[in-house]
Amino acid sequence: MQSRVLIHEADFDVSEECRALVSSNRCGAVAQFVGVMRDYNEGDDVVAMELEHYPGMTERSIESIIERANTRWPLLSVTVIHRVGKLLPGAQIVFVGVGAMHRHAAFAACEFIMDYLKTEAPFWKKEKKSDGSERWVDARVSDSESLGRWAE
Amino acid sequence: MIKVLFFAKYRELLGLGQMSVELHSTTTVAELKSRLVKEGGNHWKKALLADNTLCAVNQTIAHDGDAIADGDEVAFYPPVTGG
Repeated sequence: MQSRVLIHEADFDVSEECRALVSSNRCGAVAQFVGVMRDYNEGDDVVAMELEHYPGMTERSIESIIERANTRWPLLSVTVIHRVGKLLPGAQIVFVGVGAMHRHAAFAACEFIMDYLKTEAPFWKKEKKSDGSERWVDARVSDSESLGRWAE
Repeated sequence: MIKVLFFAKYRELLGLGQMSVELHSTTTVAELKSRLVKEGGNHWKKALLADNTLCAVNQTIAHDGDAIADGDEVAFYPPVTGG
């Protein structure tokens, strides 16, 4: 399996990433997820967001999630890209792409990686509301609960 | 000497992203927490002793009973909210 983990401020190109995930003629399926910034959260209009991370640990934790996914499903390629820094509504935040021989593995691993990224990878979001005030986003209980289905 | 890092809400609360600490007789995460709280006061209690405070030692998730040794990197941070 080939894997890439990238953490940076710059945007990413989904179609370019999709092509790169087809690493060989053995690949029969690519599943992708793109997380996008909303202009609304917890009942408030949000005008901007700042994403902080723990350099080094972020990459390690995502690599560990990818390895766990690879032991559950036969994967050919995985790419995870997460942006940091200032983001505006509509911006792409995160990309998870998985290439495999068959769709079931690609779909499932893509969801698995995203579920664990949400609860393990050290990123934090700070929102700026339309009145100019700022707040740290609270972790969602539903994100931890969705791990239950993987029974790790 | 160990390196102690704080992230997000806790970095702001403490006004501090990184500090160096002499271990002396401190050998576990729990001991480090209680020592920093004792020396630092209320803000430190809010950051280090909250129910959901997370800790990593050398960039791997750690718990109160886990050991700390000279040269380690210890981080404290709130629940993560990426993705």
